[in-house]
Amino acid sequence: MNVPFCKFVALAALLMSATLARAETVQVAVAANFTKPMEAIAAEFEKDTGHKAQLSFGATGKFYAQIANGAPFDVFLAADDSTPMKMEEELLTVPGSRFTYAIGTLVLWSAREGYVDDKGEVLKKGEFKHLAIANPKTAPYGLAAIQALTRLGLLSALQPRFVQGENITQTYQFVATGNAELGFVALSQVFKEGKLSGGSAWLVPASLHDPIRQDAVLLAKARNNAAAKALMDYLKGEKAARVIESYGYGR
Amino acid sequence: MDASNLAAVWLTLKLASVVTLLLLLLGTPIAWWLARTRSWWKGPVGAVVALPLVLPPTVLGFYLLILMGPHGPVGQLTQSLGLGILPFTFPGLVIASVCYSMPFVVQPIQNAFEAMGERPMEVAASLRASPRDAFFSVALPLARPGFVSAAILGFAHTVGEFGVVLMIGGNIPGKTQVVSVQLYDHVEAMEYVEAHGLAGGMVAFSFLVLLALYGRRRLGGWSP
Repeated sequence: MNVPFCKFVALAALLMSATLARAETVQVAVAANFTKPMEAIAAEFEKDTGHKAQLSFGATGKFYAQIANGAPFDVFLAADDSTPMKMEEELLTVPGSRFTYAIGTLVLWSAREGYVDDKGEVLKKGEFKHLAIANPKTAPYGLAAIQALTRLGLLSALQPRFVQGENITQTYQFVATGNAELGFVALSQVFKEGKLSGGSAWLVPASLHDPIRQDAVLLAKARNNAAAKALMDYLKGEKAARVIESYGYGR
Repeated sequence: MDASNLAAVWLTLKLASVVTLLLLLLGTPIAWWLARTRSWWKGPVGAVVALPLVLPPTVLGFYLLILMGPHGPVGQLTQSLGLGILPFTFPGLVIASVCYSMPFVVQPIQNAFEAMGERPMEVAASLRASPRDAFFSVALPLARPGFVSAAILGFAHTVGEFGVVLMIGGNIPGKTQVVSVQLYDHVEAMEYVEAHGLAGGMVAFSFLVLLALYGRRRLGGWSP
C-alpha cells in the first residue's frame, strides 16, 4: 500500500471519528399518541443539533416490558406519568431526569361531520351501536374516558357498547373506518395546525378527568449519551413547545 | 385463574371449534377441486388460499376491518340484510378466522387427496359406484389422516391467532376477548402473574397439540 493512500485513509478515519463524536444517535421510545408531534420535533432537532433521533412508536406498557428487559432505548416519552415513576423506583432511569413534556387533551370524535355536538349531548341520546375507547387498564386516554363517563353518570349505560382499542391509535382506527360511530381519542390525532382535520368532535372538559400527564425520562443506559441529553433539553425548549401546542397538547 | 381469564379461554375454545367445523366443510370441496383439477385456475386459487401463510395477520385484519366496515362491500351487504356490521361481533371473528386458518386446513386435505392418486376412484367407478358414493366411501376414508391433521392444525392455529382478532375484535369480554388478546392485555398492564398463567397454559396446550400430531405419525397412525 502506498504512503499517500495510507495518509488519506488515516485522515478520513480521523474526520469520521470527529463527526461521530459530535453527532450521536438517540433511540427514542415514543407513546403512540405522540407520534405526529414527535416526528415534527425530531426533524427540527436533527436540523438544529446534527444529532440523529431514531423513533419507535408503541404502547407505554409494552415499552416498559421491553426496557425492563434490556431494550436499547435512550429516551422514553410515555403516555402517562405512573409508568415513568415506576421505572424511576426500579432504577431504570437517570435520577432527576423525569419531567412532564405534554398534557394530553381528550376528545370525543366521530369521522362523520356534525355527528358529535360541541357539548357531548350525543352521548346522552345514545343513538349509536359502538363507542370506541382505549383500554383503560393500559392507555391513559382510556382511563380518562372512563373517568369522564363516570362523572357524567353515563358509564353503566354506555359500557355495553364499548369497543376497546389496544392503544389510542387502534381506537382512532375503529372510529376513522366508521366501524364505531364515535370514540374517545387524543386531540393530537384529529387536530392539525390549530383546527380539526375532519369529522366532528367535543373537547372533553379537563374538569371531567384527572390530567393526562405525559412524562419523559432519560434511561439509565443513556447516562453518557450526549444526543439523548440534548433531546431531553430540546423537548423543554421553546421550539418543541410550539409544536406540542400546535397539536392540541397542554404544557 | 380469574373469571375473565376463564371467559377468554372458553370463548377461544368456542371460536376454534366453530371455525374448525366450518373449515372442514368449506375446505374439503376446495381441497378436492385443487387436488383433481387441470384448470388454469388451480394456480391463482391455490395462491389465494395460501395468502394468510405469508401476509402479516395485521394486514389481513386491517383489510377485513375495511371490507366489513360500514363503507366496505361486505359491510354494505350485511347492513342491507339488516345484520349490521361484523367487526366487534363473534360471527365477525368466525369469518375472519376462517379466512386466516384456511390454508392450514385445505393443504393437508389436498395433499391427502393428491397422495391417493386417481386409481382408487377409477376402481370404484369400474365397480359401478357413483362419483358421490365413491367420494364418501373411498376417497374420504383414504384421506382420513389428512383430515385429522387439518382439524388439529386449524383448531390450534385459530387458538393462537392474535393480529386479526386484535384488529377487528374490539376486545369485548365474553364476545371478542380471546386468550391471545387477554394475554397481551395483561402484559401491557404489567400484570405479569396473570400473564404467566395464560402464557404457560398456551405453551402446554400447543405442545400437547403438536405431540398429538407428530406422536400419531410415529405410532404408525397413517392408515394405508
